[in-house]
Amino acid sequence: MLGSDLTVILPELVLVVFAMGALLYAVYTEGDRLTPRLTWATVGLFVLMAFYVGSTGVGTRQAFDGLIVDDAFARFAKVAILLSAAAVLAMSQDYMQRRDLARFEYPVLVVLAVVGMMMMVSSADLIVLYMALELQSLALYVIASLRRDSLKSTEAGLKYFVLGALSSGLLLYGASLTYGFAGTTSFAGILEATSAEGLPVGVLFGLVLMLAGLAFKVSAAPFHMWTPDVYEGAPTPVTAFLATAPKIAAMALLARLVHDAFGAIPGDWGQVIGVLAVASVFVGAIAAIGQRNIKRLMAYSSIAHMGFAMIGLASGSAEGTAAMLLYMSVYVAMNVGTFAFILSMERDGRPVVEIDALHLFSRAAPGRALAMMVLLVSMAGIPPALGFWVKFAVLRAAVEAGMVWLAVAGVIASVIGLFYYLRLVYFMYFGREGVVLESRMSAPQWVLLVATSLAMVAGAINLFGLEPLAAAAAQALVR
Amino acid sequence: MQNLLSIVTFIPTVAAVILAVFLRGDDALARQNAKWLALLATSATFLASLGLLAGFDPANTGFQFVEEHDWIMGLTYRMGVDGISILFVMLTTFLMPLTIAACWDVQHRVKEYMIAFLLLETMMIGVFTALDLVLFYLFFEAGLIPMFLIIGIWGGKERIYAAFKFFLYTFLGSVLMLVAMIAMYVEAGTTDITQLLNHQFSAGPIEVLGWQIAGGMQTLLWLAFFASFAVKMPMWPVHTWLPDAHVQAPTAGSVVLAAILLKMGGYGLLRFSLPMFPVASDLLAPLVFWMSAIAIVYASLVALAQEDMKKLIAYSSVAHMGYVTMGIFAANQQGIDGAIFQMVSHGFISGALFLCVGVIYDRMHTREIAAYGGLVNRMPAYALIFMLFTMANVGLPGTSGFVGEFLTLMGVFQVNTWVALVATSGVILSAAYALWLYRRVVLGDLVKEGLRTITDMTRREKAIFAPLVVMTLLLGIYPALALDLIGPSVAALVSNYQAALPAALPDVLRDVGQAAALAH
Repeated sequence: MLGSDLTVILPELVLVVFAMGALLYAVYTEGDRLTPRLTWATVGLFVLMAFYVGSTGVGTRQAFDGLIVDDAFARFAKVAILLSAAAVLAMSQDYMQRRDLARFEYPVLVVLAVVGMMMMVSSADLIVLYMALELQSLALYVIASLRRDSLKSTEAGLKYFVLGALSSGLLLYGASLTYGFAGTTSFAGILEATSAEGLPVGVLFGLVLMLAGLAFKVSAAPFHMWTPDVYEGAPTPVTAFLATAPKIAAMALLARLVHDAFGAIPGDWGQVIGVLAVASVFVGAIAAIGQRNIKRLMAYSSIAHMGFAMIGLASGSAEGTAAMLLYMSVYVAMNVGTFAFILSMERDGRPVVEIDALHLFSRAAPGRALAMMVLLVSMAGIPPALGFWVKFAVLRAAVEAGMVWLAVAGVIASVIGLFYYLRLVYFMYFGREGVVLESRMSAPQWVLLVATSLAMVAGAINLFGLEPLAAAAAQALVR
Repeated sequence: MQNLLSIVTFIPTVAAVILAVFLRGDDALARQNAKWLALLATSATFLASLGLLAGFDPANTGFQFVEEHDWIMGLTYRMGVDGISILFVMLTTFLMPLTIAACWDVQHRVKEYMIAFLLLETMMIGVFTALDLVLFYLFFEAGLIPMFLIIGIWGGKERIYAAFKFFLYTFLGSVLMLVAMIAMYVEAGTTDITQLLNHQFSAGPIEVLGWQIAGGMQTLLWLAFFASFAVKMPMWPVHTWLPDAHVQAPTAGSVVLAAILLKMGGYGLLRFSLPMFPVASDLLAPLVFWMSAIAIVYASLVALAQEDMKKLIAYSSVAHMGYVTMGIFAANQQGIDGAIFQMVSHGFISGALFLCVGVIYDRMHTREIAAYGGLVNRMPAYALIFMLFTMANVGLPGTSGFVGEFLTLMGVFQVNTWVALVATSGVILSAAYALWLYRRVVLGDLVKEGLRTITDMTRREKAIFAPLVVMTLLLGIYPALALDLIGPSVAALVSNYQAALPAALPDVLRDVGQAAALAH
């Protein structure tokens, strides 16, 4: 019994053991000098685990008496988490080294956070959900303040911690209410105890509080306030990490909670998520217009993207969930490419984050400017880039579910959002004369930037076969 | 050939990729190579599209050269042309080599310039050949990016404002269309345009936010599509992006914008609004008529007051597009024939007029009308060509401009006499602004100091104008050349439209409509 339980969580176990071992080894031997090798080993392990998870699992398996579930949905999310974490680590290595940030704790903490995320998407019980979420969050709080001597970085870590603790509190309160009224913490049990008729008001309260707590984690408006500050304050590689893997994990966890535990009352959470989605797309689109710092801009951009992903989730159908998964995959790819570019922005050897530093960048580096433009066009949702197709998928799911208002709000917000993406294109292609940005790219950064931007265009041919995988994942979740 | 349409559509893209990947450096030789490759690719596209024309059977009112492949998200990659779209494809492929030749003197970032135009050509041809809603939307939107860059990088002083205005206006219009497309997919279960053309969208009245909406679903869908196409056309009152975009765009950009991009709106109305939402079209036709009539008179009056040549021609475009929308919603053979003919002929004429402005702008670097005068003394060939296109713009019989205006007016006259009456005044006004422009720029004595050394058109410039002159006169003298191609398809469109009406429209509305018709 224990043996089969352990096989289900084998990838997580391997990663945890690796993290512990690496931590001990580094402490007792070489310390920070180990960082480059450790980082690459971590990247390799992530990719290996992604292959393992993606190629081995079949069907739905449960472990530890139904505390943990491993299904197509979890595997899809895990592969995306692992690959994006690997990509972010690979592209940040050079930056960390040159900015004196190469501490061996960083890859170790990333591994622990990733383990937390993998448990999150596999959780089938409120207790596991909470523990996995906290494992992820604690690791993230620490790496947000990785630059200990910087006021901004420590402030970011502290802010993230305080607000994160608040959201965890909300989530925990919701979970306890749900437990109190449903009499169980297991998702399957809650699903049995709830029905659309005669829903105990305590469960409804619990649901709303848990949704609020998770909305913090995915940074959906109106629970988004921490995002810009933390994105700005944290070292850029950490920001890149925050913008990718944890977002998939939190969104997948949200999907798992609402479908596995509250699948009987889709009308109730559909409304809440719909409202969060509309608020997010508008806040993300409008607030980004005033931003001059590209990291803050990306924060608002990710708020808007989370809104779009939640439009798919709010529709409550398998198509909507599949669309959400596709959206998150493409979102992560776009963010990896964009952050690879942001990491390379510098002048006189110092990192630059102001967007008007990009003036006429296309003259200095036409190739990189073109790749960045493709990514921006994709984020704005203009065809034929992939960003358009995934927006199309979520909007179609919303209209099919009868939520036309959601789709209309989404497209209006996307027009507003278009403005700030286009403004970056405008800076790069027809801005003022002035000091042109230097940009030094390490090989992994360049590869990731070019690969993601090519993928945005080439993906329009067949989506790289992601579509049936996402559909299968959604089928596993939505029954 | 099985996939001739795809070949025609994607030759420019292939050339653009070759340019982007293989052409290095920015010396004179590289610039020359970029231009020659672009010219070669656009010419090859034109030759390939002649194959389309040769194999096209006008008597067949269905889609021809149809291609189908499975695609992502349950969609189908589906292309085809019929009598309505073939002329637009030909117009695009015909004008693009001329456009490329017209920007031969550009020295600034030539490679990117050529890539932008080549990609734009693919998108424009794709719009006219796509037979899947989403594919159509993809081409329709994707064309915005190259045009945004063309205006923004190679444009005039206020180019940034103009580029953003252009992009945001058209994008806002078309995302509403996207929602409507999704709604159509949900209702009809397909995004195949050929099937949607035969689908009866529900027209029963529905209530939205307490408002009773006659024509129901059809009206809502119609309005969403109209939002997009009206901006693109552009129709009054959403035309304000056009003068800015035209004035700021480089000459070649203006040519493409006026000659081809504007036609996407008219094509969309013909392909979607009229045949798919007949009840709503019938209900809202008076709205379109009056908007068109206002556009014709108002834009003509505004054109009279312009100081800038390009702005004047831009407003004249708005007025001429007014005839097109009017003709389309007259929904009879003459009206629609005239609308398509007017769009094609306007493609030649406005393109040529912008090139005319480009010729003297290249020499004097100003578009102020007041800076010129008496050019006929130094530039006789230019004066002749400019006169021909001015006359064609006015709609002089014997030029293609006359046929389009006359047919649309005839079509509308049968449906709504008052609108036809108001619109006819536009013919007089267009003579006023166009002839006045010609007098101020070309005629009179050459008194301006700077003009004393101006040179006449070079051989290259004459070569660019020659095909345009030929087409304008040919279509003016023998319009059947185009009308025979489009006639049968238009006849089928009109008869389907008329057949869809009485069945779907409540009797009361019909009676009201007839009473209104009798009253006129």
